[in-house]
Amino acid sequence: MSLVSFVKSLLVSSELDEQINHIRKPIGTLGYDPWGYNNEAVKFGFSLVKPIYEKYFRTEAHGVDHIPAEGPVLIIGNHSGQLPIDGILVGYALASRKKNPRIPRAMIERFFPTVPWLGNLLNEVGAVLGDPVNCARMLANNEAIIVFPEGVRGSGKLYRDRYKLQRFGAGFMHLAMKYNAAVVPVGIVGCEETVPSIANIKPLAKALSVPYVPLALPIVFPAKVHLNFGPPMYFKGGDFSDAEIDERVDQVKTEINRLIEKGLTERKRLF
Amino acid sequence: MPAHKNKQPKPSILITGAAGALAQQVIQRLRETCNLVAVDARVRVELGDQIPSYCIDFNKRTFEDLFRRYQFDTVIHMGRIRSSQLSRMRRYNANVLGTQKLLDLSHKYGIRRVVVLSTYHVYGAMAYNPALIDESAPLKSAGLSADLIDSVELENLASIYLWRYPELNISVLRPCNIVGPSVRNTIAKLLASPLAPVMAGFSPMMQFIHIDDMADAIVLASQKPTRGIFNVAPNDWVAYQRALELCGCTRVPIPSVPPALPRLILRTIGLKRFPAYLMDFFKYPVVIDGRAFENEYGFTPKRSLKEIFRFYRDNKKPL
Repeated sequence: MSLVSFVKSLLVSSELDEQINHIRKPIGTLGYDPWGYNNEAVKFGFSLVKPIYEKYFRTEAHGVDHIPAEGPVLIIGNHSGQLPIDGILVGYALASRKKNPRIPRAMIERFFPTVPWLGNLLNEVGAVLGDPVNCARMLANNEAIIVFPEGVRGSGKLYRDRYKLQRFGAGFMHLAMKYNAAVVPVGIVGCEETVPSIANIKPLAKALSVPYVPLALPIVFPAKVHLNFGPPMYFKGGDFSDAEIDERVDQVKTEINRLIEKGLTERKRLF
Repeated sequence: MPAHKNKQPKPSILITGAAGALAQQVIQRLRETCNLVAVDARVRVELGDQIPSYCIDFNKRTFEDLFRRYQFDTVIHMGRIRSSQLSRMRRYNANVLGTQKLLDLSHKYGIRRVVVLSTYHVYGAMAYNPALIDESAPLKSAGLSADLIDSVELENLASIYLWRYPELNISVLRPCNIVGPSVRNTIAKLLASPLAPVMAGFSPMMQFIHIDDMADAIVLASQKPTRGIFNVAPNDWVAYQRALELCGCTRVPIPSVPPALPRLILRTIGLKRFPAYLMDFFKYPVVIDGRAFENEYGFTPKRSLKEIFRFYRDNKKPL
């Protein structure tokens, strides 16, 4: 038995193996898709995230069944917490749901592909360089894609700005309209408290060519996370002005705000 | 007086780069149904009595004599000198000036179909490449590596002639990695060798097409005069390091960051099968979309990735 298959036998149960194999993905003969997604890597990722999702963050997901079972979907959420923990938890919630689980894709920051090992690892579990062309091609492939339209403005914001939505890019709305994709809003509560940052060390970030370097404790706090998925929103395509598009983006933003408020109300304590 | 003045029932085809493994396959496929003339700038290839074969530099005057003597209907240009061969200047002369001469003569002598074999390397490897790059994507490699400029220039020339002289019916094919028996390009040498360098921590997605499938694609393209630029790649993908594993290669990691370090190492070692200018192709993916060609020409690759890699694994020479 090779080392890989030994580790796999320890981590990946036959039930999980079956479950992931059962979820249909547009992959080639060797288990890869054009963006580097790999079924075997996803099984490992799923096994490793399970205790983090269930035990460490004790995640509660409500309304995950709002995500359609098939067809193109954009899952739009609020970004927070310096690290992309929110994306991982949202992804796991969808992949582990009882009825019609799907393995979603996530659009990631442009600097990740330049980081050795990490870039490939993220690609293998479904993360993709955040390029509109990639997003469009995946929607055409009927994928469910997690997008944080705030980008680094959201994830890199300081603790004092927690749960304040930053400016949303409008790219997701253009794509949703073009590909007739369902927009499922999600309000994420708890991730702001995982890595609270009091400042951004800009000179260091510039020197390292990374978007931000938070001044924070080097630990991830086990804050309890609430995910509230809203009903899917559909936006008809057509020739719209930027102002009209912004109006539609604001509709999604308002819905996410409502879901965040819901999560904050549900939350009894931080940890 | 030209030898074949009378109208021939078989189409007459000029094949350049005839010494290459791919050209040999194309010649095998066309020799029964077409009158072929083979040309190579490097060596004269022995192809039997049926097929006239020449060793000619395209920039020499004698090259035009071929057009006068054999009334070509079609030109299949596979004579691009790879970036691992010759010096930059000689490559520029052969690939850019030579191709211009070839296209000028094709126009002068009323050729009705020109197929130019290019490479997916023209897209350039960079971290921000989206996957499934289509034919309208910018050709970034000229800005990324001086060693690939001649390949991009060759394509630019072909594009200019494509629009200026529509009657030439030029098609440019941009294949992914061509591999298989007797292929001697960089990637094929890597898959064939027992030890293969990799950039530590990087395993970009790659596409491979079997030489037989590529030869079929060129033959299909030569028979249907649709103008345009086409990627040629199967709808199947594999990570580079996984491909090496499946080929039975032992991977040798080269430190990959900061980028100046591997460049220095590769330039110092001077490995032909892992040249510094292709370094980024082993770091970042260049995944192309071959569906336009498939739809236009009804092409489906027949050899699977598993079959390709099995060939390399079974033919591995022990160290």
